[in-house]
Amino acid sequence: MAHHETLAQRVVDPVLEVVDATVRFPGVTALDEVSFTLLQGQIHALVGENGAGKSSLIKVLTGVYQPDGGEVRYGGQPVRFDDPAAAQRAGISTIYQEVNLVPLMSVARNIFLGREPKRLGLIDYREMNRQAAAVLDRYGIGLDVTAPLRSLGLGVQQMVAVARAVSLDARVVIMDEPTSSLEAKEVETLFRVIRLLHEQGVAVVYVSHRLDELFAICDEVTVLRDGRTVHTGRMGDLTKASLVAAMLGRDLAAAKQRQGTTHREIDETPPVLRVRGLQRTPVLHGIDLDVRPGEVVGLGGLLGAGRSETARAVMGVDPVDRGTVAVDGTEIRRGSPGAAVGAGLVLLPEDRRNEGIIPNLSIRDNIVLAALPRLSRAGVVSDRRADELVSTFMRRLGIRASGPHQKVRELSGGNQQKVMLARWLCLQPKVLILDEPTRGIDVGAKAEIRDLIDELAAQGLGLVLISSELDEVVEGSDRVVVLRDGRIADELAGDVVTEAALLQALAGRAIDLTEAAADG
Amino acid sequence: MSGSDVGSRDLPEGPPRASPPLPPALDEPTVRATSVRPGRRERLAGALQRNVSLGLLVLVALAATLAFPDFASRANLSNVAIQNALLALVAVGMTFVIISGGIDLSVGSVFALGGVLAGLGSAWGPVVALLLPLLVGLAIGAFQGLLIGRARMAPFIVTLAGLLFARGAALAISDQLPMPIQGEAARMVGQSGVAGLAYPVFIALAVVGSGAVVLNRTRYGQSLFAIGGSEEAARLMGLTVWRSKLIAYATTGALSALAGALLASRLGSGLPTAAQGMELNAIAAVVIGGTLLTGGAGTMSGTLAGVLLLGIIQNLINQVGNLGSYTQQVVSGAFLLVVVVVQRYLTREQRL
Repeated sequence: MAHHETLAQRVVDPVLEVVDATVRFPGVTALDEVSFTLLQGQIHALVGENGAGKSSLIKVLTGVYQPDGGEVRYGGQPVRFDDPAAAQRAGISTIYQEVNLVPLMSVARNIFLGREPKRLGLIDYREMNRQAAAVLDRYGIGLDVTAPLRSLGLGVQQMVAVARAVSLDARVVIMDEPTSSLEAKEVETLFRVIRLLHEQGVAVVYVSHRLDELFAICDEVTVLRDGRTVHTGRMGDLTKASLVAAMLGRDLAAAKQRQGTTHREIDETPPVLRVRGLQRTPVLHGIDLDVRPGEVVGLGGLLGAGRSETARAVMGVDPVDRGTVAVDGTEIRRGSPGAAVGAGLVLLPEDRRNEGIIPNLSIRDNIVLAALPRLSRAGVVSDRRADELVSTFMRRLGIRASGPHQKVRELSGGNQQKVMLARWLCLQPKVLILDEPTRGIDVGAKAEIRDLIDELAAQGLGLVLISSELDEVVEGSDRVVVLRDGRIADELAGDVVTEAALLQALAGRAIDLTEAAADG
Repeated sequence: MSGSDVGSRDLPEGPPRASPPLPPALDEPTVRATSVRPGRRERLAGALQRNVSLGLLVLVALAATLAFPDFASRANLSNVAIQNALLALVAVGMTFVIISGGIDLSVGSVFALGGVLAGLGSAWGPVVALLLPLLVGLAIGAFQGLLIGRARMAPFIVTLAGLLFARGAALAISDQLPMPIQGEAARMVGQSGVAGLAYPVFIALAVVGSGAVVLNRTRYGQSLFAIGGSEEAARLMGLTVWRSKLIAYATTGALSALAGALLASRLGSGLPTAAQGMELNAIAAVVIGGTLLTGGAGTMSGTLAGVLLLGIIQNLINQVGNLGSYTQQVVSGAFLLVVVVVQRYLTREQRL
């Protein structure tokens, strides 16, 4: 990291600063007096788990949001960017996770859109193509600039986005998860470009949850959690484990002290869910997973490790390149959520508001929805049987509402989640995948949902539990499969299922726990 | 001007822009993108899609010449030209709008209003007879564009309202009667010409030509492709999306009204009931010409070929003689369907 030193000593002026910025939405404080200082030529990592406020901070920096409190300073002066275009004109370029270029247009047209070189008042394509090739060449990217963007791989498209950003004379380049769709070799090229930018005195804000990348490229790091800055300092002063601990808000030393709860050893009954070699380039690489009846398997991993992606691939919601999913030994048709549900596989999605409940329907209608075929005879729904089913589940799951006809949108988050659960339980599934089942619901309801999970397991259901909360995974699971960068990195079973062990597994095996604990 | 410009002007100078010498070019590019070139199949599909209407036009014209000796006669060809020149004017604007990802349903009504206004303005001479419709069409289009671009309302609804409004205005102004064009000079524009072709044909050719240049060789044209291709990306890349849309709809309005005025000049009066359903013919011509209805791709030459294809089919059916105008609609409809199906297939081959 020698190249970082020279510049850090030469230039110390902050180029872009956020001072005590607060961003509020109805009911949520996305940023709570967050401060952030970016020095000229610095490569500054911005990290945090889901909902930590990274995106909000980026939106404040690029003029998408105007802070409700605090201010943004650019070159020492308070500024106000009305939109991304204004920030871009001032020299702040952003590269988004999803490539934001025009797929139908050529590489050169994308790079020069809005500032095409002209000759006699008309666009000079020869000159434009020449300049575009020159920009790309300088950063070590060789390609046909007249090819339409969509004919390129995602990684190369991302490079084109970088080329556009740098050719705009940017002083600050913000990269939001730029490597999420890149191959290892492409990441290498991106890093080379970032180092070149750094040598030219361009500051880079680098958002990623791939720890290796952060340590490889960044000099400074700011960690956000729940809309607050929880750590800021030199990257070199942290270990992976201490960075993960800061992101998750866990005290490493305390985690080590804590005893793991007892976990049942599941005997060698054949697995009810058997996943083999699930491949979805570049997000999932050869995922194997077994779930036995009555077992709760936790999926551990940091944001972006591939937990939800695994759930969606198993269900057939997202297409996969390779791999098999079998329920009770019978392989299910790939890419068909309907077939998965038919086989007894059910997913409670992370985003229940958009992917699950229908807010304007009643509790009864929401529950009965998936079970309609079972409740009807010759296409006519039996009201009596539906009512019986609904009242049974409302009692069993303890859904608190004025009655089965109350609209679901009027319920609390916890009760909405129970309605979703009831809907799928009426299908009498064999395997239930729960993706963040307790997100956004209050403490009491959380405990109820957790008890419910245990109860379902006791009844012989196989469960897969995905949660960002360490204690939830540790206490709720019999076994934890840890994902990292779309691969199975580790598996914890029996007495080893502890918060400390999980933290260690999340950060990567290389770090010794004793050393990590000493840092924390 | 947009408010966003203010932000950048108020901006402090900031730190001195670090402008060291450009980094040396790396010895060897590290990314040699392997998938740079679309496959042969994809390229063929792309070329076919861009030129399918032109190819069909040549085929149909050849077949027509062989089957009907009268088709290639000078009189008939000049007839085809004048009959399609006005649709071509409207279709140029429609091409801009569709490439930007929008649609304009108001063109037929604005066309009729243009004819009526030409009659109204002809009392003050030929210049007013042309300028009045042009300006009113421009204003209607600009207003629609403002609602679509600035208030982000759906083009379908905004221009449907425009369709009702302009037709109503045309009927109200003319009291539902043909509006005579006064003065010989104002009628000359539509009725006379040179080299056996009426003036509107030359106007249409000039507009199609300039349209092609604007589309392909100006920043404005590129902005339309970008907006139609990915509006969000265009906005994030700093384009003033609403302004580009406003200009596209304003152009379409002006051209539609101008075309209406030219027809009125040719017929000697502006009919408030003229050009009913013309918006559908214009959209059909543009789509047959290879422009994606979803926006982001298209050519002016394709649009011209689309207009002529529809026109020649109509001409051929007239030559057969015993087929009514309804048959022509049936054939045009079937033809449009075939072209769209073929395009859909070609689009999928290119994995657009």
